[in-house]
Amino acid sequence: MSDSPTSLADLRGIVAEMEGRGTHGRGAGIVTGHAGLDAAGVVRGRLHEVFGDGGSGAAAGFAALMAFSAAAAAPVVWLRTDAAARRAPLYGPGLAELGIDPAACIVAQAPDEAALLSAAVDALRVAALGAVIAESVGRTRLFGLTGTRRLTLAAEASGVPLFLLRLDAEPAPSAAETRWRVEAAPSRALAADAPGHPVFAVELLRRRAGPAGSGWRVEWDRDARVFREAPLSGAVVPVAPRGAAGARRTHRVA
Amino acid sequence: MKGALRLAATDRHAEALGLLPGLPLADARARVSALLVADHDPEADRRLLERLADICIRYTPMVAPDLPDTLILDIAGAAHLFGGEDGLVRAARLRLRRHGFTVRTAFADTSDAARALAQFGAASVAALPVAALRLGEERETALRRAGLHTVGDIACRPLAGLAARFGAQAATAVRRMVGDAESPFVPRRVLPPVEVERRFPEPVARTDYVLGVLADLLAEACRMLEARGEGGRRFEAVFFRADGKEQTVSVQTSTPVRHPTPVVTLFTHSLARLEDPLDPGFGFDAVCLAVPVTEALAPGQPDLDRAPPPGPALDALVDRLAARLGPERLLRFHPRESHIPERAARLRSGSPSGDWPVPSSGEPPLRPLALIHPPRPLSNVVADVPDGPPRRFRLGGAVLTIVRAEGPERIAAEWWRRPGLTRDYYRVEDESGRRLWIFRHGLYGREETNPRWYLHGLFA
Repeated sequence: MSDSPTSLADLRGIVAEMEGRGTHGRGAGIVTGHAGLDAAGVVRGRLHEVFGDGGSGAAAGFAALMAFSAAAAAPVVWLRTDAAARRAPLYGPGLAELGIDPAACIVAQAPDEAALLSAAVDALRVAALGAVIAESVGRTRLFGLTGTRRLTLAAEASGVPLFLLRLDAEPAPSAAETRWRVEAAPSRALAADAPGHPVFAVELLRRRAGPAGSGWRVEWDRDARVFREAPLSGAVVPVAPRGAAGARRTHRVA
Repeated sequence: MKGALRLAATDRHAEALGLLPGLPLADARARVSALLVADHDPEADRRLLERLADICIRYTPMVAPDLPDTLILDIAGAAHLFGGEDGLVRAARLRLRRHGFTVRTAFADTSDAARALAQFGAASVAALPVAALRLGEERETALRRAGLHTVGDIACRPLAGLAARFGAQAATAVRRMVGDAESPFVPRRVLPPVEVERRFPEPVARTDYVLGVLADLLAEACRMLEARGEGGRRFEAVFFRADGKEQTVSVQTSTPVRHPTPVVTLFTHSLARLEDPLDPGFGFDAVCLAVPVTEALAPGQPDLDRAPPPGPALDALVDRLAARLGPERLLRFHPRESHIPERAARLRSGSPSGDWPVPSSGEPPLRPLALIHPPRPLSNVVADVPDGPPRRFRLGGAVLTIVRAEGPERIAAEWWRRPGLTRDYYRVEDESGRRLWIFRHGLYGREETNPRWYLHGLFA
């Protein structure tokens, strides 16, 4: 029978349900290690919108880290429009460097937002998935109340969370459980003023089940796979390694 | 003259000089000193004939190569697609001539008769010489001595006498020649294990009705698959239009499937994705469903102890997305052995394979989340020293001031593939915290006097 469980992920899910530690439990919170984020209402089986600037990888990185934290080891489907895929093709080694297993990621490209929406609804029906990311670039009216309601219904039925990644777009009324704006934030410098671990400035714009408006600066700790509060010390004031100030000759290249 | 080299086949020019197959090579050389000969290679002949048979599959699915030099096409029910038998033959002759072959064709009710007519060029079966019966030289001589020179001479006599004198084989050969007995015919194309079709008494112009018929055919095919203990991996539906046009739509599944419902869904998605949607024109007159690829699938039993997990499984999702978006849009990450960043990983379809390098602990990400292709050139790059990291550059209208930088990570071109410039990669972070992966193309002073800068990746 085709509806018998076939993949290992299915079986793991069933065993987890039997043992009462169901990862597919609807409404279960997603554990990120950061007290503020954990209490912000990012739960399974709901739609979460992430807005951000398309010129940086921060919003995509944050959505990916949240989705893979929610998924644990289960596969994640990353749906992208062709425009999104052209703008920034995903890079396997980069996912691996964030502590994400590229083999657990299925990338699907849709020609436009309408196809993205229907593919996302299809994907959300599969309870064996850990999470779904749907990424689009630019303004579109498709993710208004009607479209996001469809997505929410599908996510609620299966318990799979959906992260709707909207780059270079303006927030509009939607059926999302939470809405985030994510921007890159200066990292904690390492030795020799090297860029450090990824730091995100996240702002909870809207929350269906509680007050919104809080913001945090979180740093991703890849080794422990948790978000931590980003230390502010020295991060705000850029200390330029100018040596004898201004004495060094500035050389113009290209 | 036993053991002599003989001619196995000759071309038109040799034939004109009187050189015929069977002539000893020494005699042929004596007649034509400039004779070009090649060794007879029956294996190569067979392969060539099979390739020609494959070419002819466009005229009818029933094509049988008959060694050494004959192709038999069963054109029953196929000729009208080419404007009748003459049209089909004209098309086939034209195509084979274009490949440089001399073609002789003939029609007959049986394959034996058609072969003989083409070979001997006789006007009718009755006029064929007895050699056409292929009974062996001894019996042919005996028949001729009995005054029987053509098939017609034999066919008008009682066959019992023929069988008594020349053997039952001779009688069978004659009956096959005149159409009283079936000629064995083994088509080259292997018919799909499961094939069902529905013909309509009159053309049907409603697409949804035709799709309903397709669902019925799928149910029928699935029952046949169940009887065989198999599941289908590939399903092909051919919609035949009344005006001769046909449209083929096929779907594939990642695991053997024997349930019609998911396959119907896949077909629905595939049809919705067609650039040239299913056009009924003047109506469809037949739908054919074939399952060309099957795999063993043991009969399953639903587990009654607990409810199955809700929704279709992951494999079914992969199939659905592949049908909805196209298989080339469903991608997985594949690592590759290369230190050139854009070659170190590929995003392509197919199940994932290989291992990914484990990042060393404590290090920030050294590779970007997104690798921009092609790299975007940076302009107005200002650096402290020509071989150091930039302090400022312009990217798409905005000026970025770099506050942190690490590098260079020097990546040389793969000179064994194609020469190129060395790239010096830097991880940089601007005032707002954007982390970028940029490189200088060419070593300053050694490879380039004025190296260009590019943006290659976006870090999280």
